Amino acid sequence: MNITIVDYNSGNISSVVNSFKEVAQNKVNVEVTSDLKKIESSDKVVLPGQGSFKSCVDALNNINGLVESLDKFSIEDKKPILGICVGLQMFADIGYEETETKGLGWIPGKVFKINNQNGKYKLPHIGWNQINIVKESKIFKNIENNTHMYFVHSYEFIPNDKNVISATTDYSSNIVCSVEKENIFGTQFHPEKSDKIGLKIIDNFIKL
Amino acid sequence: MLKNRIIPCLDVKNGRVVKGINFVDLKDAGDPVEQAKIYSDGGADEICFLDITASNENRDTIYGVVKDTSKKCFVPLTVGGGVRSADDINKLLNCGADKVSINTAAVQNSEVVVESSKKFGSQCIVVAIDAKKNGNKWEVFTHGGRNNTGIDAIEFAKKMENSGAGELLVTSMDRDGTQVGYDIDLMFKISKKVNIPVIASGGVGNLDHLVDGIKLGNASAVLAASIFHYGKYSVKQAKEYLDSKGIPVRI
Repeated sequence: MNITIVDYNSGNISSVVNSFKEVAQNKVNVEVTSDLKKIESSDKVVLPGQGSFKSCVDALNNINGLVESLDKFSIEDKKPILGICVGLQMFADIGYEETETKGLGWIPGKVFKINNQNGKYKLPHIGWNQINIVKESKIFKNIENNTHMYFVHSYEFIPNDKNVISATTDYSSNIVCSVEKENIFGTQFHPEKSDKIGLKIIDNFIKL
Repeated sequence: MLKNRIIPCLDVKNGRVVKGINFVDLKDAGDPVEQAKIYSDGGADEICFLDITASNENRDTIYGVVKDTSKKCFVPLTVGGGVRSADDINKLLNCGADKVSINTAAVQNSEVVVESSKKFGSQCIVVAIDAKKNGNKWEVFTHGGRNNTGIDAIEFAKKMENSGAGELLVTSMDRDGTQVGYDIDLMFKISKKVNIPVIASGGVGNLDHLVDGIKLGNASAVLAASIFHYGKYSVKQAKEYLDSKGIPVRI
């Protein structure tokens, strides 16, 4: 099996790479690339994302044909894809970080700044928070409810269809922290930084 | 509910762990990669490496340490010390650091913070503020605590937030290495002034000091070196103690 971590010059992906290699060991081939052919032919794709929504979308668009390849992979071919942090947010139609920016539009919805209730909640939302699993998700196999995951973000994805939400976390309000829509998976938290339990989520994705 | 974080800090010099008393008089005590692994296995919420003499010396050894650590520890890793430019930040991130803390360079030129938070995202930019009390105010020190800039630490904290810092690591120079507790007043004033998380640092000698940092200092996270490093307490003990005092921690 081939898993491709999309390297599109957006922030730091070394932790994602390290964690997937740790879980995959030598049983699964982990590629880190922006090569369109490799992406399209791989079995699974991981879309990381750090920085702002806009900078990530811009970085995707800067690589000719990348968005089309990702569309083909996830929408036409319906192969499993995992978005992490801004990687998940980009599934939305629109994001409002920096300026209004069009996302991939795979899961209808928008990405807004977390309401910090006039400074009552510090932003970014940084640290370990518990996830509340609201529907069964394949990537949560053997993950207990209320498990801690590591978060760092100031924006939240609000999907139109609440049925895609697989987990929320409580920070100012119930923030969507995991989605599953058919073959499309996303986590707002960082499984690659969430210790052994995070690696378990990566393992679940690899074993899909 | 978001948990308060406990962050063991490892001071690293030439690829080896040391812990200074008031930033001088260093003692050698171990391999940073192994230490970091012990901490993450023990429940540390994050690991922090501080390359303490980096401003003056060849610091390439830290890259190897970060690379090796990031392959073994799957909790966030913050690296600081001698970080001067976006290029330095890029190198550390590529080696596997999740966040980079900037101290002297942020004071000398806040554009470094503006530029790097835009380029890499605020989530990985921590500004480290070394502050020392002078009369009624605190002044920012640079170069590992050697130079007094005279800049007001609380005003500077606000400026760093506005420049794009994702977190502030606030160290009391008066308390660092003394083990008499954080400068609570300093932590509280900065934490109230900014809307980004504050990590309290400098002066922890016992577990009550961690409690005070969070309860009285309003810190989101507490950083400590010696109490963990010399085995006085484990991270697990610290967490259980905080939990017993009603502080939300990840156990």
